[in-house]
Amino acid sequence: MSTTLTEREKRGTRARETYSSSLTAWIIKILGLGAVDAMAVLGALTAASKGAWLIMAGFLLIALAATLIYLPPNRLLPGKYLFPGLVFLLIFTVGAMIYTVWVGFTNYGDGHNGSKKDAIASIIKQNQARVPNTPTHPAAVAEKDGKLWLVVVDEKAQEVKAGTTDTPAAKVEGAEMNSLGAVKALPGYRILQFAEISKRSQDVSALQVPLTDKPEDGYYRTTTGSQAFVYNSTIKYDSAKDTFTDPQGVVYTDNGKGNFATADGKTIDPGWRVSVGVDNFTSIFTNKDIRSPFIAVTLWTFAFAILSVFSTFVLGLFLALVLNDPKMTGQKVYRTLLILPYAFPAFLSALIFAGLFNQEFGFINEVLLRGADIPWLNDPFWSKLALLLTNLWLGYPYMFLVATGALQSIPEDILEAAKVDGASPWKTFMSIKLPLLMVPLAPLLISSFAFNFNNFTLVFLLTRGWPQFTDTSLNVGHTDILISMVYKLAGLDGSARHDYGLASAFSILIFILVGVVSYLGFRQTKSLEDVN
Amino acid sequence: MSIEQTPTAVSVADKTPVTESKKRQKMVSSENRRLSPGQWIARVGWRHLIAIIAVIYAAFPLVYVLSASLNPKGNLTGSNKLFTTFSLANYEALLTNPLRPYGRWYLNTLFIAGTTAILTVLLGAMAAYAFSRLRFAGRRAGLMSLLLIQMFPQLLMVVAIFLLLSALGDVVPSLGIGSAIALILVYLGGALGTNTYLMYGFFNTVPMALDEAAKVDGASHARIFFTIILRLVAPILAVVGLLSFVGTFNEYVVASVVLGNDPKQNTLAIGLFQYVSTEFNSFWQVFAAGAVLASLPVLVLFLWLQKYIVSGLTVGAVK
Repeated sequence: MSTTLTEREKRGTRARETYSSSLTAWIIKILGLGAVDAMAVLGALTAASKGAWLIMAGFLLIALAATLIYLPPNRLLPGKYLFPGLVFLLIFTVGAMIYTVWVGFTNYGDGHNGSKKDAIASIIKQNQARVPNTPTHPAAVAEKDGKLWLVVVDEKAQEVKAGTTDTPAAKVEGAEMNSLGAVKALPGYRILQFAEISKRSQDVSALQVPLTDKPEDGYYRTTTGSQAFVYNSTIKYDSAKDTFTDPQGVVYTDNGKGNFATADGKTIDPGWRVSVGVDNFTSIFTNKDIRSPFIAVTLWTFAFAILSVFSTFVLGLFLALVLNDPKMTGQKVYRTLLILPYAFPAFLSALIFAGLFNQEFGFINEVLLRGADIPWLNDPFWSKLALLLTNLWLGYPYMFLVATGALQSIPEDILEAAKVDGASPWKTFMSIKLPLLMVPLAPLLISSFAFNFNNFTLVFLLTRGWPQFTDTSLNVGHTDILISMVYKLAGLDGSARHDYGLASAFSILIFILVGVVSYLGFRQTKSLEDVN
Repeated sequence: MSIEQTPTAVSVADKTPVTESKKRQKMVSSENRRLSPGQWIARVGWRHLIAIIAVIYAAFPLVYVLSASLNPKGNLTGSNKLFTTFSLANYEALLTNPLRPYGRWYLNTLFIAGTTAILTVLLGAMAAYAFSRLRFAGRRAGLMSLLLIQMFPQLLMVVAIFLLLSALGDVVPSLGIGSAIALILVYLGGALGTNTYLMYGFFNTVPMALDEAAKVDGASHARIFFTIILRLVAPILAVVGLLSFVGTFNEYVVASVVLGNDPKQNTLAIGLFQYVSTEFNSFWQVFAAGAVLASLPVLVLFLWLQKYIVSGLTVGAVK
C-alpha cells in the first residue's frame, strides 16, 4: 500500500476540518433507531398474529438490543460498531449452521413437512366422502376480504353460518333469504352470482369449511355453489386414543417416527416432522444405496480439490517464473492479459466451457482435435478431466498473481550468492526459491483448497454432477462434489423429492471435514498468532 | 505486498561487456541493448514465446464467445468458425425475449451485488474499527471466532437458509423466498469473516495518534470513524467492495434457492444457466451475447482496480 504517513496526516487534517454540528448526528441516530425499532415491532406483531412465537421473539430481541446499545451516548462503543454485522452473522450464518444441525437429526422433508396437528388435518381432508344420511343445506358463495366464504343455512338449527377453508363455520346475523331458502344478501359480504360461481368453479369446489375447530368433526363442501353437504373423513380419527381407523377397521397408531402406521408397518401419508436421532447418519453409513455414492463423491471431492490446487499452482508458478525477469519487456501487458480468466465472471466461464466441451458440436472436439469424438461431459473419466481442465484455466491466474508477488519479495542477494556458488538454475529453484515461496503461499494454497472443496458453481454449471451413478437410486453423479450432492438430495434443484433431513446430515459431515482441514491449515499458518 | 515491478539489482551476467552493432540494437528493445541476438533468445526470447502461448490460452474462450455472439447462425456448430460474420441479431434476440427478461436480470444482479457490496464494506469496516481501535472483553475471542466461522461458507447451509426463509416468509412475505431483499440479508450474514480480518490488518496500520488528535479536538467516535478513518483506509474498502461485488455477481446456489422460480426475479447467473441448460445447441449464440454483456461490469471493475486486488489477494482472499 502506497499511502505514506504524511499523506495520511494531511488527509486526516482535512477531514477534521469538515466537522458539522453534532446535533445533526444525534437526530440521524434517533431517526435511524426509531425506524429499526418500528419495523422490528411491526414484524413482531405480525408474527404474533400468526402464532410464529420464535420469529416474534427474534424481532423483539433485535429491537431491544438495538435500543439498549444505541440509545445511551458514548457507552457500549464496541457494541455500536459490531451490532449490525453480528445480527446478520448470528441469523444467517451461525443460526443457519445450528438449524442445519437440528434438521440433520429429523425426518424433515416431503411427507414430513409440518406438525402432527397439520398432518392429522390433512389426512382427514384427503380422505373425505359425503357423510351418509345428512341433510342437503341451501348455500351461497360470498366474498369478503379477498377470500371466498361458504354461507350455509342450517334449517334444523335455524341458523345461518359462514366460514372459509381456514375459518370454521360460525353463526352470522342479518341474512336475507330468497324463495329457495338460500341466502341472497348478507351485510359485509358480497354474494357471488351464478355466472361468477361457474367462472371460479375450481376455487368454489376446493372450499372446505370445518364445522368446528376440530377437523375430525367434518367439513361443509359444495359442488354447485347453491347446495352444501357435510363431508367427513372415511378413516376416523379418535383424538382420545390418538389413532386412525379405516372403514375396514384397521387401526393406525403413532409409530414414533412421524407417521400413523399399522403394526405391520403400513403408513398413512402425510406424516409429520419429528426427531429421528442418528437415523440419517446410520443410513449414510449402512444403507448401500446411500453409502456407495457417498464414498465415491467424498473421494472425488478431495481429488478434485487437491488436483485443482496442484495444477493451478504449477502453471501459475511456472508463468510467474518465466515472466519475472528484469530484462523482459511488456510484463504489464502480459500480466493484464494473463489474468483475464480471473477477471471474467466464473459462472460464465463454466457455461462457456460446457459449450466448448460439447461432444458433437463443441469447439474442442470439432476444431482443436479435428473432429475427434471424445465424450467430454458424457463419460465419468472424461468429464472429470474436463472439470479439472476448466478449473486450471479458471484458477491459474490467481496462483500466477500471488506467486509473482512472492517471487519479487525474495531478496536478490540470496539468489546471487547461489549463482556465485555455482548452483544450477534448477537447483536454485528447488532449494532456495521454492522453500522461500512456500512461506507466504502455503496459507493461500490451503484457502484455495477449501474454496475448491466447495466449488459448487463450477461443478453444477459445467457438468451438473453428471453422468449419473448407475448403482444407486439417488440423483447423484460421478462429478458431483459433496456440496452439490447435498443440494440435489435436498431436492433444491427441483429434480427429486425433498429430503432436508438427509441433506442436512450430509452438511454436518461436510462441516466436520471442513473443520478438520481448517484446523490442520491453521496449525500451518501464523494467522492465530496475529491475533493479539 | 505489491505486484508492481520493484527495481532489482543487475545480476552478474549482465555486467559482462558486450560489443554490439547498430543492427542488433534495432532488433532488440532499448532495455535489452546489451544482449546479442543469441543471448536475447536464450534469456528473454523464449520467455516471450511462452508468454504469447499463455496469452492465447487465456484469451481463446473469451475470443470464441465474442465471435459466437456476433454470428447469426444460432447454434454451436456455427460458432466454430471464428469471426466469419458480423451481426447484432443475437443481441437483439437477447434483449427482446419477453419470456427471458435479460434486462431485468441485469438490473436485479447489479442491484443485489451493488447493495451487498456497499453494506458489506460498511458492516465490515465498523467491525474492523471496533477490533482495531477499541479494547473490550471478548475482543480476542471475537476475532478468533470470526476466523473460524469464515471457514464455513454460507452455501454449506443452503438447505437451512431455504427453510428459515420459508418460515420467515409466512410471517413477512417481503422477507421470504422470492425476495431480492431477503437474498441481500442472507449475503450480509457473510459480511464479517474474511472481510473483517482483511480490514482489521489494514486498520492497524493507521496510526492511533490521528484518532487521539481528533479526540483532543473534540470529535466524537462516530466522526472519527466516518470522516477520518474511513478516508484513510479507502484502498482496502475498494478491495473488499470489489471482492464482495464479484462474489455476489457470480453466486449461483444461494441465489437460485432464495429467489425461487419467477423469471423476473432471476439474476444473470440463474437466467443464463437456464438459457443453456434447456435448449443448449439452439440458443447458444444468444447466450453468448448475454455472456458478453454480463461480463462487462466485472471485467471493467477488475481491470480498473487490478492494483488493489493483487494486494488483497496476498492477504488471503479468494474470489
